[in-house]
Amino acid sequence: MKVLVPIKRVLDYNLKVRVKPDGSGVDLSNLKMSINPFCEIAVEEAVRMKEGGGGHAKDAATEVVAVSIGPEQAQETIRNALAIGADRGILVKAEGEVEPLAVAKLLKAVVDAEKPSLVILGKQAIDDDSNQVGQMLAALLDWPQATFASKIVLHDGKASVTREVDGGLQTIDVELPAIVTTDLRLNEPRYASLPNIMKAKKKPIDVKTPADFGVDVSPRLRVIKTVEPPKRQGGAKVKTAAELVGKLKEAGIF
Amino acid sequence: MAVLVVAEHDNSTLKDATHKLVTAARAMSGDVDVLVAGAKSGDVAAAAAKIAGVRKVLHADAASLDKQLAEPMEALIVPLMAQYDAALFPATTTGKNAAPRVAAKLDVMQLSGVIAVESADTFVRPIYAGNALITVKDEQSKKVLTVQATAFKPAGEGGAAPIESIAVPGGPFKSTFVREELAKSDRPELTAAKRVVSGGRALGSAEEFHRVLDPLADKLGAAVGASRAAVDAGYAPNDYQVGQTGKVVAPELYVAIGISGAIQHLAGMKDSKVIVAINKDEDAPIFQIADIGLVADYKVAVPELMAELTKAGI
Ligand SMILES: Cc1cc2nc3c(=O)[nH]c(=O)nc-3n(C[C@H](O)[C@H](O)[C@H](O)COP(=O)(O)OP(=O)(O)OC[C@H]3O[C@@H](n4cnc5c(N)ncnc54)[C@H](O)[C@@H]3O)c2cc1C
Ligand SMILES: Nc1ncnc2c1ncn2[C@@H]1O[C@H](COP(=O)(O)O)[C@@H](O)[C@H]1O
Repeated sequence: MKVLVPIKRVLDYNLKVRVKPDGSGVDLSNLKMSINPFCEIAVEEAVRMKEGGGGHAKDAATEVVAVSIGPEQAQETIRNALAIGADRGILVKAEGEVEPLAVAKLLKAVVDAEKPSLVILGKQAIDDDSNQVGQMLAALLDWPQATFASKIVLHDGKASVTREVDGGLQTIDVELPAIVTTDLRLNEPRYASLPNIMKAKKKPIDVKTPADFGVDVSPRLRVIKTVEPPKRQGGAKVKTAAELVGKLKEAGIF
Repeated sequence: MAVLVVAEHDNSTLKDATHKLVTAARAMSGDVDVLVAGAKSGDVAAAAAKIAGVRKVLHADAASLDKQLAEPMEALIVPLMAQYDAALFPATTTGKNAAPRVAAKLDVMQLSGVIAVESADTFVRPIYAGNALITVKDEQSKKVLTVQATAFKPAGEGGAAPIESIAVPGGPFKSTFVREELAKSDRPELTAAKRVVSGGRALGSAEEFHRVLDPLADKLGAAVGASRAAVDAGYAPNDYQVGQTGKVVAPELYVAIGISGAIQHLAGMKDSKVIVAINKDEDAPIFQIADIGLVADYKVAVPELMAELTKAGI
């Protein structure tokens, strides 16, 4: 079984963005970029399907392909995935923000060419916070989907997926080929070892462009303004629980 | 312009998020219909018909819609969109699961987590864990939005919209429901609660989490939430997680106990009206946004707080 893992290069989750003073967007210059944490969880799960572990039989996956749509530097993000254990990478080179619908269309083209049995994506990119691409890809392919996965069990041409839903946990069966998106509790990604980081340098990355797939990536939505959220006037402290209750009364809570 | 609001419900109860989405929809258009998709969900359709400002309720009722899984929802809603200019889904796990499928089938981009409607085609939504807000113009012929219900006031009651039963596409579908483990609680639901008490990594164990938080929540009539760290460590179930990638809450009172205040957590609670933080580290970032901070060990502070609340007759 071949597993495809789409990964996104995003601002490192430890960092806070700055909004440009002229309201034209956020300033990412000179900030550390990393693999989207949910994508890292997706790569880890796919690699466990190959190596065995995390409840998966060894060789459940035969090949793990990481694909990223982004600038030239997204090659580094793909190298991260290769160091975790993906076998090869595909970079679809695109400058600027590519909207989830266009990403899904490019990924559909990659799926048509690669024919994986399973595509594991992150549930959400922590920059645009869209939470869309996996579901859109599933629709474009007419595949079943299991989003927000905290457990995946492969059996009999199916995946039994436990999903983190608002009320608790829900388990569904999806027929393969299928789309799964990861939630935080699916696994804890490993730290790539030095030898594996070295090995990753030799693994192949295929470079394509949206034109190769005939996909139009021009944006559908127009961002007219970017602002910082209103600042809260926090910072006030009290010394005792009695004072705290007093403040709550003042604030009209009781 | 006609707008379809997809109702949030569990087949027996209509969730307040629906009323809030109607408010968002009414800011776009006067022609707002509500879709109730479910199984044995007649009570929900009846409740939706009572929301003020609703033109009609579409009621799709079939076993295949029992859990509102993404594929049957897509099959149901995509054809309906011939008659609508916009579909609004709640930004819940059910809404987030189905909406992008509908958008992709209609070949439109979706807007996620909308917090303000400026006009029929202009919306505000957060990005980067709420550290930036973007105003977006959506001039596509069909619009698909997920809406952060907490950002809108609920529409009132008193409507009497007609209920129209509609046909449900039969399938077959390539996904099947197996089972669910849903939390049962007598406390208010987290995203709708007026008060929330949340615990973090500091609580140290599931027993301690419940020993400390439950009585305080009961006293305040509050829902219980948690940080990711507390959920990851198994102190609290996943559906307690508040934050960028968990639930977004905006209660009148949010009490954070032993939570440091990482940006991912703040994203889920910083629109609360009054924020209280109890943390033993005076430099914890949570204090920067807390209206009332108490630098203390929760082991001492929470029992004292309980006693003071009792003294105050609460
Ligand atoms: C992709 C991604 C998504 C994420 N999504 C979310 C999300 O949705 N929600 C979320 O919450 N987090 C999320 N996080 C995690 C977030 O970055 C933080 O790691 C997390 O919020 C920390 O939880 P915490 O505050 O409980 O733990 P810590 O940061 O460890 O803080 C514990 C606090 O308790 C205090 N403390 C310790 N002992 C005591 C005591 N006895 N009395 C009083 N105070 C005490 C400490 O001073 C400290 O401030 C996400 C992270 C990533 C990478
Ligand atoms: N530019 C991209 N390249 C590859 N995968 C992506 C890209 N954008 C989004 N994805 C995938 O889709 C998931 C959800 O992203 P989003 O819908 O943008 O929140 C991510 O976790 C990735 O797995």
